[in-house]
Amino acid sequence: MGGKREEPLIVKGKRVDGRKVDEMRPIKIEAGVLNRADGSCYLEWGKNKIIAAVYGPRELHPKHLQDNTQAYLRCRYNMAPFSVSDRKRPGPDRRSTEISKVISEALQRVVFLNYFPNSVVDVFMEVLQADAGTRCASLTAASVALADAGVPMKDLVASCAAGKADGEIVLDMMQEEDNFGEGDLPMGYIPARDEIVLMQLDGEFTKEEFEKAQKTAIDGCKKVYELQMKALKDKFKKGGKE
Amino acid sequence: MNIDKELKRHFIGRLIDNNRRIDGRGFDDFRELNIETGLISDKAEGSSMVKLGNTEVLCGIKLVPGEPWSDRPNEGILMTGAELVPIASPNFETGRPGEEAIELARVVDRGIRESHMVDMEKLAIVEGEKVWMVFVDIHVINHDGNLLDASSIAAVSALKNTYVPKFEDNEVVRGEKDRDLPVVKLPISCTFAKINKGIMIDPILDEEFAMDARLTVTTSGKEIHAMQKGETGAFTPAEVSELVSKAFGKHKELVKKIK
Repeated sequence: MGGKREEPLIVKGKRVDGRKVDEMRPIKIEAGVLNRADGSCYLEWGKNKIIAAVYGPRELHPKHLQDNTQAYLRCRYNMAPFSVSDRKRPGPDRRSTEISKVISEALQRVVFLNYFPNSVVDVFMEVLQADAGTRCASLTAASVALADAGVPMKDLVASCAAGKADGEIVLDMMQEEDNFGEGDLPMGYIPARDEIVLMQLDGEFTKEEFEKAQKTAIDGCKKVYELQMKALKDKFKKGGKE
Repeated sequence: MNIDKELKRHFIGRLIDNNRRIDGRGFDDFRELNIETGLISDKAEGSSMVKLGNTEVLCGIKLVPGEPWSDRPNEGILMTGAELVPIASPNFETGRPGEEAIELARVVDRGIRESHMVDMEKLAIVEGEKVWMVFVDIHVINHDGNLLDASSIAAVSALKNTYVPKFEDNEVVRGEKDRDLPVVKLPISCTFAKINKGIMIDPILDEEFAMDARLTVTTSGKEIHAMQKGETGAFTPAEVSELVSKAFGKHKELVKKIK
């Protein structure tokens, strides 16, 4: 954010990768890709490649963390060292800790945790290749993996970001736009309930720009939701593995 | 199970449903805000103590020469950290910062960084080789809710009262002022808590135990620079829009108190 770039990010309504301002990158979602996990999802979102796995509900250790009223939803967002241009030091850092926290809070809105006291539902998200928008892609994948695991849920959480590049509100920024744009608004949204469960913002938005960005991100989430539902249906059409 | 949460949720929730807050404030009223600067003036280049009701946060600023990032060779570096030290609450433990402390530091950092409050380009010592690293460290003294706003106000007030020390013969002359830290904007954060259908500003600790969702909005006069939604509840888009407008209004009111 806020870096300097010689060429503009938007030329005659076209973005660096040829998209229109309200156009998303291509998204491919596949449910049930891992053998050992209770539920899983592989997701490609532009150049982002993410795999999410769900284990549980299962017994929670250490025992002092157990809650006799509900299950604990433990999320871990992790980037592979080779997923970014400069190698990332393996292990959790401050950024991934914060992302894990906000993703966990977003998912807790939809999972019936009260059905499984004293247990844990583990959600692991591995970013294999990153190209901006990985927290939204991870939340989208985690949501599908939870449904694939058969964890009782009220709905899926769909996620997408809007941003600001060259003074214009754009949907779903890629790396160039994220680096040199003027703002980012990632969102997690439940379409049927019109509820925002994840929202962060950084950059410079006027009130008017924010309103437009919020609407743009919601429209993106609605499209993502359709793709999530399709991925889950496709798995069962194929007779998926058990 | 969190006992505090279970016990307080019912009581506070019922009050909110009757349009009342536990301490009698209006839903859009901040607690009394008191800012003192320069408490650690012998050793820190800037400092401030913020009292927001019974919440007390101390922020200290240290300036240390260091190497710039390779992609920003002529800019200073800003780093924000927060410690929830065990003096402030029976729920805080010693050890490495947990996710609550990390989130706190990162949200405060985002407001300062994204608003370009400090003109980083004026913090180069030798271009491309040596720049000032500005360390913002937040120390929570007493936790009675809304650490986010108290910390953010403490960080902004401390930076506003920070000096750049003299740098001679490749060494820092500690305690001797060269100039003021170049501060160009004052971002103010506003945190809202949602309990049942009620949304209130500046929650106290009891309200935080009861809250379903939390939203922090950091604005300068004309723009929004940082937002963070927390907790497991949700906001509707219409609620978010309204809270953003309220945060702009509060900026006008609170910015006057920063000296």
